Amino acid sequence: MTTPAGANEAVLSQAARLRRAWAGNTAVWARLQNGGILFPFLALFLTLSLTSSSFATKTNLLNILDQQSATLLIAAAGTLVVVAGGIDLSVGATYTLGGVTAAHFAQTENPALSIFLGIGIGLLVGAANGLVVTALRINSLIATLASFFVVGGLASLVSGGNLITLFDRPGFGKLAQSEFLTVRTSIWLALGVTAVLAACLAWTTAGRYMYAAGGNADAARLAGVRVDAVRVLTFVLSGTAASLAGVVDASRVLSAQSTGGDVNLTFTVVAAIVVGGTSIAGGEGAVWRTVVGVLFIALIGNGYLLLQFNSIYESITTGVILILAVALDSWSRVRRR
Amino acid sequence: MVQEQRREVARVELIEVSKRFGAVHALTDVSLRVARGSVHALVGENGAGKSTLGKILAGVVAPDGGRMLLDGAPASFRSPREALEAGIAAIAQELSLVPQLTVAENVFLAREPRAAGFVRRRRLRQQFERLAETAGFDIPGDVVAGRLRPAEQQKVEILRALASSADVIVMDEPSAALSRPDAEHLHEIIRRLARAGKTILLISHFLREVLDLADTVTVLRDGRLIRTSPARNESEASLIDAMLGRPLTAMFPPKRAPGADAPLVLSVRDLRAPGVAGASFDLRAGEILGLAGLVGAGRTELARALVGASRRESGWVELADGARLPANPRASLRAGVAMIPESRTADGLIFSRSVVENVSLSSLDRLARLGVVRRRREKEATRAILDRCDVRTRAYSAPVRSLSGGNQQKVLFARVLMGNPSVVIADEPTRGVDVGAKLAIYEFLVSLAEHGLGVLLISSELEEILGLAHRVLVMRRGEIVSELRGDEISDAAILTAAFAEPAAAGAA
Repeated sequence: MTTPAGANEAVLSQAARLRRAWAGNTAVWARLQNGGILFPFLALFLTLSLTSSSFATKTNLLNILDQQSATLLIAAAGTLVVVAGGIDLSVGATYTLGGVTAAHFAQTENPALSIFLGIGIGLLVGAANGLVVTALRINSLIATLASFFVVGGLASLVSGGNLITLFDRPGFGKLAQSEFLTVRTSIWLALGVTAVLAACLAWTTAGRYMYAAGGNADAARLAGVRVDAVRVLTFVLSGTAASLAGVVDASRVLSAQSTGGDVNLTFTVVAAIVVGGTSIAGGEGAVWRTVVGVLFIALIGNGYLLLQFNSIYESITTGVILILAVALDSWSRVRRR
Repeated sequence: MVQEQRREVARVELIEVSKRFGAVHALTDVSLRVARGSVHALVGENGAGKSTLGKILAGVVAPDGGRMLLDGAPASFRSPREALEAGIAAIAQELSLVPQLTVAENVFLAREPRAAGFVRRRRLRQQFERLAETAGFDIPGDVVAGRLRPAEQQKVEILRALASSADVIVMDEPSAALSRPDAEHLHEIIRRLARAGKTILLISHFLREVLDLADTVTVLRDGRLIRTSPARNESEASLIDAMLGRPLTAMFPPKRAPGADAPLVLSVRDLRAPGVAGASFDLRAGEILGLAGLVGAGRTELARALVGASRRESGWVELADGARLPANPRASLRAGVAMIPESRTADGLIFSRSVVENVSLSSLDRLARLGVVRRRREKEATRAILDRCDVRTRAYSAPVRSLSGGNQQKVLFARVLMGNPSVVIADEPTRGVDVGAKLAIYEFLVSLAEHGLGVLLISSELEEILGLAHRVLVMRRGEIVSELRGDEISDAAILTAAFAEPAAAGAA
C-alpha cells in the first residue's frame, strides 16, 4: 500500500491544528484562572438578569450597592491587610464603635465633628491592632480576635447599650443620604475609597511593600522594606475604613446601636476577600477581586430574594461557594508547580 | 546469550517518559534503566529535568506520556504513598520535616508504633535508636527537628527513607546543604546502602561526588537524554561537556588583586553577635575576600550581623567615609552594603511576585514619584540590569518562582546591583545552581570587584574560594582563626585552619 504524500501532510497539519487548539485552550484556561471569580460573577449576573425582570433595574442595582457600601469599604481595606500577610477580625467591632461614637456625638455636636470623631476612633483602633501585631509579635488572627471583644465592649459602653436615634438630626444623614448624579453619596463614598485603596495597592511603593511583606517577610526585610511599618499602615487603613463604614451606615439609617461587635460583618468581609481570590497566605491578591467577591456574595442574597427562594439556603450557598473558591485556587496553585 | 544478560530485568525502568508544565517541556521521551543494587546518578544543568524525573519516580509528579516498569511489571503512581508502597522513597531537594516534631517522630511519621491509636513512645524511641545505629548517625531522637542545622535535618530525611524499608531511594541533591565532613559521611552511607542491595538514584550537581559514588551516570540536557554510561568511562570534563553541549574551557576568570593602596570600603571591629565571637577585618575596594569555614562556623551569622539582619552584641562596622553602619538591613542598603542571602527561598525572593517587582524592590523610592511607582521607568531600569546580569528570560512579568535556580539567583544579584552598592556580601551564591549559571555568577563577582566594589564571598565549595578570592579568612566556632593571602591560599591551608583545634591553629 502506498501512502500518498498528500494524505501524510493532511495528517500532519491536522496534528498541528490540534496542537494549536490545545495551546489556545490553555491560554483561555489561564485567563479563566487569572480572572478567578469574575466569570462566575458575570454568569450569575446574566442568569439573574434573564430569570428576574426586577434584577437588572437601576433601583435594584443601586440598592444592592447602597446596602453593600459598608462591606465594600471594609473588605477593600481588609484586602491590604491580607495581602501584607495579616488578617483583621476586629472590623465588625470597629464598625460598630465608629457608628455609635459618631451617633453619640451627633446628638449634641455638629455633624462634621461627630463624623470626624467616629472615623478617628477607628484609626486609633487600627493603630493599636498594628502595634500589638508588630511590636508584641502576636499573630494577627489572635490579636484582632481579642480586639474584636475589647472594641465591641467599648462600643456598648459608648452607646450605653441603647439604640441612639438621630431622626431629629437630619444634618448627620447628609453624609450617606445625599444624592449626586442620581446616586447616593454612600455609594460614591464606598466606590471612591475603594478606588483609592485599589490604586494604593496596585500602583504605589507602599502597595509593593505590602505584597513583599506578605509574600516573604524575611526577604522583604533584608531587601530594605520596613515590614512592621507597612503592616501597621494596613491595620490603620482597615480600622479607619471600618469606622467610616460604621459612620456611613449610621448616617444611612439615622441611628446606631451596639450589642457588641458585628460578627456577621467580619465573616462576610473575610469571605468576600477570599472568594475574590486574594490569597489568605498573603502576597497575592487585588482590591478589584475583593469588589467582585463582595458583589458576588451580595448577588446570591439578592437572587434568593428576587426569585423567592427560601432564604435559609442563602448562607449555605455562600459557604459552599467559599469552599469552592478556595479549592479552585489551591488546585490551580498545585497545577502551576 | 550476552544480549539476554544485558536485558536482565531492571529494578526501575522508564520508557519514553515525557512531562510538560504549561509550555515548558521538562522531559521529552526519556528512557532509563536502573539496575537493582546500583547507584545511578542523574546529572545536568538546572532545568535539565533531573528533579522532575526524580519526582516522577517518587510519585510526586505524574508523567504525561511514557511507561514505567518496576521489576519488569508496569506501574504508575498517583501519590508519593503509592510509590512508597512499591518500595520507592524520595529525599526531596527542599527539606520536608515537620519542625515541631522530634527527630524520632519525624523519622517514623505515619509509621509510628501504635497501640489502640496511641503512639507507643518507648517503642518509637527504641526503633529510632536501632535505626540510627545501623545508619551510623549520631543524632539525638528527642530533639525537635526544627532546631537542627540543615545538615542534620538532611540526616533525619535519610533516616526517614530508611525507616520506610524502601529499597529504591531517590536522593535529590542530598549533599547540597552539607559541609564537607557531613557530605563524606553521607557518601559512606550511600555506599553502605548500595552494598546492602538498595538501589539509589542520585541527583547531584557535585560531579566529583557522582564519579566517586555512582556505578552508572545519566546526563540530561533540556529535558532530553544525552547518554547513559558506566561512571568509570566518565570524567568531570566529559560530564560537563555533555551537560553543556559545549566544552568548558576555564571555570574561573583570572584573578586581579587590588593594590595595597586600594581604599578601604569596610572595616569590621570586634563584632560580636549570636554565633560570632568577635570578628575584625578590613575589606578593600576591588577585593574579593573569601570567607571559608565549616557549616556552623559562624560565616552566615557574621554576614547577617554585619548588615544588621540579626542583633549585634558589640563591636562596630565602619564605612569608607568613617561613618558607622547602623544595625538594620534598610540602613545598610542605603549606606551601600548589600547582601545576597544564603537561602534565596527563605530570605531572598518574594516567590509570588514578578521578576520585575523582585528586582526593583530595594530601589522603589528612586523609581517612584510621590509614592507612585513609574512603571515604564521601572521596567526599563529592570530590563537593563537583568541584561547585565545575564538573566535568560523574557518573561519579566512572570512570577519569579517560574525561573530556574540559576536565574533566580541572578535576579537577586540584579536587585543588589540596582541599589549601586559599594560592598556586596554573597552568601553561598552558587548553591543549587547549574554549571552554566555558576560560571556567569563567577564572572559577575569578578566584574563587581573590577568596578571597584568590595566583595565578601562566603562559600562552602573550596574551589570557589580558591578560584575567586584574593584573600581568605577562615572561621571556626565564631572566630576568624586564619587569614591567607596570595600563595598561602590553598586547599590544605584552608582545611587545616577550619578543622584544627585553636591551640594548634596558626594564628591570623
